[in-house]
Amino acid sequence: MKRFTALYFELDETTRTSEKIAALGRYFREAPPLDAAWAIFIVSGRKIGKAVSSRLLRQWAAEASGYPDWLVDQCYRVVGDLSETISLLVPTVADTNAPSLHEIVEERVRPLGSITQDSQREVILGTWSQLNTDERLVFHKLLSGNFRVGVSKQLLIRALAEVADVSSAVMAHRLAGQWMPDETTMDRLLARHDPAAVADSGTPYPFMLAHALHDGTSSLGAIADWLIEWKWDGIRAQLIRRAGQITLWSRGDEVVSGAFPEIIQAASALPEGTVLDGEIVAWNDETSKPEPFIRLQRRLNRQTVEMTFWPEVPVTFIAFDALEIDGADVRDRSLVERRAMLETSFPTTSTLRKSTPLHYETWDEVLHIMEEARSRGVEGIMLKRLASPYQPGRPTGLWWKLKVEPYTMDAVMIAAEPGRGRRAGLLTDYTFGVWDNGSLVPITKAYSGLTDVEIVEIDRFARRHTTGRHGPVHTIEPLMVFEIGFEAIQLSPRHKSGIALRFPQILRIRKDKKPAEADRLETMQELLRSMGY
Amino acid sequence: MNTLKYFSHPKFAMPNIFPTMPNQSLIIETDRGLFCPAGDFYIDAWKSVPRNIVTHAHSDHARRGSDRYLTASDGVNILRHRMGRDAVIDPIPYGQIIELNGVRVSLHPAGHVLGSSQIRIESAGEIWVISGDYKRQADPTCRAFEPVRCHTLITECTFGLPIFRWIDSSVVAADINAWWAGNQAVGRTSILLAYSLGKAQRVLAGLDANLGPILLHGAVHAITEAYRGSGIELPPAGYASVENAKLHRGKAMVIAPPSAMNSTWARKFAPFSSGVASGWMQVRGFRRRRGADRGFVLSDHVDFPALLETIEQTEADHIIATHGYTDALVKLMRERGKQSSALQTRFGGDEEESEETVETPVVEGEA
Repeated sequence: MKRFTALYFELDETTRTSEKIAALGRYFREAPPLDAAWAIFIVSGRKIGKAVSSRLLRQWAAEASGYPDWLVDQCYRVVGDLSETISLLVPTVADTNAPSLHEIVEERVRPLGSITQDSQREVILGTWSQLNTDERLVFHKLLSGNFRVGVSKQLLIRALAEVADVSSAVMAHRLAGQWMPDETTMDRLLARHDPAAVADSGTPYPFMLAHALHDGTSSLGAIADWLIEWKWDGIRAQLIRRAGQITLWSRGDEVVSGAFPEIIQAASALPEGTVLDGEIVAWNDETSKPEPFIRLQRRLNRQTVEMTFWPEVPVTFIAFDALEIDGADVRDRSLVERRAMLETSFPTTSTLRKSTPLHYETWDEVLHIMEEARSRGVEGIMLKRLASPYQPGRPTGLWWKLKVEPYTMDAVMIAAEPGRGRRAGLLTDYTFGVWDNGSLVPITKAYSGLTDVEIVEIDRFARRHTTGRHGPVHTIEPLMVFEIGFEAIQLSPRHKSGIALRFPQILRIRKDKKPAEADRLETMQELLRSMGY
Repeated sequence: MNTLKYFSHPKFAMPNIFPTMPNQSLIIETDRGLFCPAGDFYIDAWKSVPRNIVTHAHSDHARRGSDRYLTASDGVNILRHRMGRDAVIDPIPYGQIIELNGVRVSLHPAGHVLGSSQIRIESAGEIWVISGDYKRQADPTCRAFEPVRCHTLITECTFGLPIFRWIDSSVVAADINAWWAGNQAVGRTSILLAYSLGKAQRVLAGLDANLGPILLHGAVHAITEAYRGSGIELPPAGYASVENAKLHRGKAMVIAPPSAMNSTWARKFAPFSSGVASGWMQVRGFRRRRGADRGFVLSDHVDFPALLETIEQTEADHIIATHGYTDALVKLMRERGKQSSALQTRFGGDEEESEETVETPVVEGEA
């Protein structure tokens, strides 16, 4: 537990990728194999069992520390993180000797779900007495079932790939799927050469990515040299059928087969030796349009999806490129040829589609249809040079993306409440209003988009201009105007304004604007009507 | 008994005051600071007053402009440095009782920084103690806190929540030295941010001078000299000049006030690793917000267990909380059967010397 705790704090206290990878590498080289296997299991976001309720933890922390509940709660409001609060409150016994990570997980955390509350209490209090403050924090993170330490799966894969001296794709494949840590896990993960080479047969090709087009279309040359298609708003993925196996890989080097069983099932229609590049999109059959990306996220958060879940969020794989046909790597062929191969590689079904190229004579027409992007539920437009091969990474001049600009409005801050974690104690969650008949109605909340310096400045401003309090929410004198960007607008009977904004983000503080100059609700209602509501 | 006649001269008229506590109080709040009506003197006044007893020289407690200052002898050099050459400062040794308008006043070590005091006030058998800022941890750069029995204790509670519990300062010193050595191994200069009065000298005292050269930012350097002039032994340290930065690049430990990081000053030491020594470093959220590479939990304020212990030792039955998480302490004291209330002192100060107290995060919701 000491070593894993040190790793946790190293990861927690740096934002530099290189340092994170170095810290992970050191840990995996030095830690006992069973501990390392559990560390990988935990850091990759797998759940280790039923968590104890935070209410009980709080109660036992009050008991162990000898302080009243209200004081424990007050500490929590200052720290902003319950795991950390409790770790700071519980007394530390001198000269603790922490059990190893695998003992903590296997003998303390995992059995908690199947024992009585009294026994749970005994285990928790007993473990507290064996750990120091930092180790307790990590223990609580394990208990919370929400172990986040700023390491993406990709980063973990890179670190492990470096230790094992294999490619990231191979490591991603070894990590994928269902497994439980045991004494042999690290041997399997870190093997130099894969004894069962077939295990790597699901390995994807490195993805080809596009640059954003900022400088207009004039430098692109003749429109006839370009393939134009919608930029789908979903999860970029490769669908691989090789050696009798079907694997769906997201761009994050992650196997997502388990989340999209209907795509895997449909892919059995693909010929052996096929690799397609495309986008997983939530699809509405009634409107024949994609659904918002957010509906896909619910799927991704699950390791496996029950069949009954399908109709709730129907998905489709929209293929736009062929990378391997009949077992042959075709990435060096031109896009024109690859698209021709794609067209004949499988019959289109509702779950397995092909992206249809758009045909326009002039660039002006292309820019014009961009305006339809939003109503069509796509992110924008892709421009791909027809003569281009499929190259890994982000080669210049071959693929361009044209994204629709977010909508914007000017709104006045009318309320603020404190954030959590890193922003604990600062007023960081703001509510904004727009004018309606001389008063401000709340239109949206927004959190992200400001620098740390601006956040501190707004915190000071908000505290100086607090006119009232409702629990943690400060009512703020309407003086400060912000430009808010958002991706979409929709009707919402649940909101006072009757409007809900999607993905609102603070673009900037408008010090040049007076509150009276902020937008009016009517303007937003007009926008809503223009969207067809 | 030594009476400082000039300090209690009757020509000073009663000031305009706004009492917020009962009239029989020995100490009341005014718009200029804490005031003792019976003794006709202020404590840590933030505006110009005729007579000002100063607990210690930090800028949120000692302000320029008063006619006379009274402070502990140990701290006279430092207060002089802060208040200017022309300030009239009367030093008295710890424990010596003086009489002001018939009120008995004495200063007692608070262990916060060199020359910091608690103020004991006795009138008609009633004893009040104003703790000033204090700590109970060992600190080789100042006299240790001595508990003083009293009826009413006005105590600071900057870190008055049970999440604040300090580890032994020798462990922190070892951590700082290990960090320094680690930085040297990769060719980085170490820049440790610590308040220039008190914290910087305490950190300096814990450094292992055998590891390499120690350099002090100008603000720290001046006060360190005042410490040395007061007889405090500290490891040798040079001035953090451009020449020294070049000469000792990658090897030196540089001690600087927190504000130095926002300036171009730090750049001359690149590549460097930055550390912050403060009690707030106990909480990860605050640590991250400071944006330093390392946080060392080292405070010159009392932690929560020692705060409760101190209250017990004074045997006070009336606890007045000031500076920090006052509401929580008041509520806890009342639950434990004591009379208790909070005092709203004004704090904050000039940015350069802002002391730990000004950063107290606000607690939301009910007390």
